[in-house]
Amino acid sequence: MNRLSLRTFTLLQTATSVGLSALARAVTGVRPIWSGCQPSDRQRIYFANHTSHGDFILLSACLSERERATTHAVAAAEYWRKSRLRRFIAEDMLSSVLISRQWTSPEENPISVMLSVLDRGHSLIIFPEGTRNMSAELLAFRSGLYNLSMARPDVELIPCWIENMSRVLPKGQFLPVPLLCRVVFGAPVAVAPDEERRAFLERARAELLALNPRPDRDD
Amino acid sequence: MRHEISILIIGLFVVLTTASATAAVLSARAPKPLSATLTNLTQRINAWWVMVALMTVAFFFGRYGMTILFALISFAALREFVTLTHSRRSDHWVLLGMFGIVIPFQYWLVWTAWYGLFVIFIPVYCFLLMPAITALHGDTERFLERVSAQQWAIMIAVYCVSHVPALLTLNVPGFEGRNLLLVAFLIIVVQGSDVLQYIFGKLFGKHRFSPKVSPSKTWEGLIGGLVASSLLGALLAFITPFSPLQASAVAFVACTMGFLGGLVASAIKRDQGVKDWGHLIEGHGGMLDRTDSLVFAAPIFFHLVRYFWTV
Repeated sequence: MNRLSLRTFTLLQTATSVGLSALARAVTGVRPIWSGCQPSDRQRIYFANHTSHGDFILLSACLSERERATTHAVAAAEYWRKSRLRRFIAEDMLSSVLISRQWTSPEENPISVMLSVLDRGHSLIIFPEGTRNMSAELLAFRSGLYNLSMARPDVELIPCWIENMSRVLPKGQFLPVPLLCRVVFGAPVAVAPDEERRAFLERARAELLALNPRPDRDD
Repeated sequence: MRHEISILIIGLFVVLTTASATAAVLSARAPKPLSATLTNLTQRINAWWVMVALMTVAFFFGRYGMTILFALISFAALREFVTLTHSRRSDHWVLLGMFGIVIPFQYWLVWTAWYGLFVIFIPVYCFLLMPAITALHGDTERFLERVSAQQWAIMIAVYCVSHVPALLTLNVPGFEGRNLLLVAFLIIVVQGSDVLQYIFGKLFGKHRFSPKVSPSKTWEGLIGGLVASSLLGALLAFITPFSPLQASAVAFVACTMGFLGGLVASAIKRDQGVKDWGHLIEGHGGMLDRTDSLVFAAPIFFHLVRYFWTV
């Protein structure tokens, strides 16, 4: 379980969050496009395409400071617990929620971990492709989105298309190229009555894909 | 020089105040909700206030201010250009080098007035070395398109833009210590020409100049704008080493280049399927939307002055 993520931000987390948002704005000039919803204090699950470590920084830079303090990115424990430094960055600085794919004990169950965050009234940023995707296509979604929505139907699911981040900070690089980025926030998606898991995940994926402002681009 | 700068600042203040007042009167009389043109006009004028204020501040810091301001303009312009054009993952290091090495080095050359390297660093060294690096990466997919876009990006956003502060390095006999006024002259006539073409186009525009490239440009706007900005050039001869006739001729050439710059920028945007380069300046679009004319005018203006007026 995360030690710090569920409290209000520590000083280090606030400083990191302010600093990274300012950096994201300076480098990418990031601009939110609220095409299907408005900024709000409502509890939400933002789900986005994932190509770069910078994705959630860019997304949270588009939120208000108050909202940022209660919004946590969900990340893979296997990756972020590999070293002490990574663990420090993910938990102590970014207040990420780390979930494990090879979980054994019930309290490690990713869904229970994420639900416990939601039950504190906090919001989540998740990447349902499950990995940083380097192909031009959007990968099939994992089930988490569906399970969370079934368990907490009141929480809004907001699709967010993150543009250009794969070019700013591709997988395997650590210096960002300054390119203009936009984040398009779409209309909330909800599980329809009787909708099956696969059908819902495919529909959520299509809704996210439809937000891409320049679908003709292949880079 | 202080005397001339005071006159320029007062002049710009009067022009902008008149513009804001006119826009306010037009908006008050127009039916509500306001048309897109009127809203955009007010946004544009407000942005002009900010841009003029920024330029004024940079002017007071002299060479430092100008060099830093235009390095930042290059950064914003390069970012817009590279964002719009195709690149691949294997271009990462070349793109980083364009921002991290090419911009600082080119402006260092401006700062140290190393003319010999300033004019060839990008068109010779970068032109040859950047595609070499790309080739060494071994990714040949759309190779020519990628390296061409990279070269165009630094030519437009860095090389051409850097010719504005480079005016400060020219040695015009009898004009020592007043080169900032050359920068002011160039920016005022070229940006003024854009505004005058816009006004003449809105008032009298009928015959489209090039409907396929830029539907908003008209013959009436072009001719009215060029004549008026040549007159503006003659009027500003007192801040330059030029006679009024020379000043209007130089202004005419610079503004014609500026018009062509806008046309080329429109063609690139059309080709890439966008309307604006970015969203940096409310009502204007991106940095390149505002500076496309200056980009084309600056090197020619620089070389005209250097050839005919320096020793």
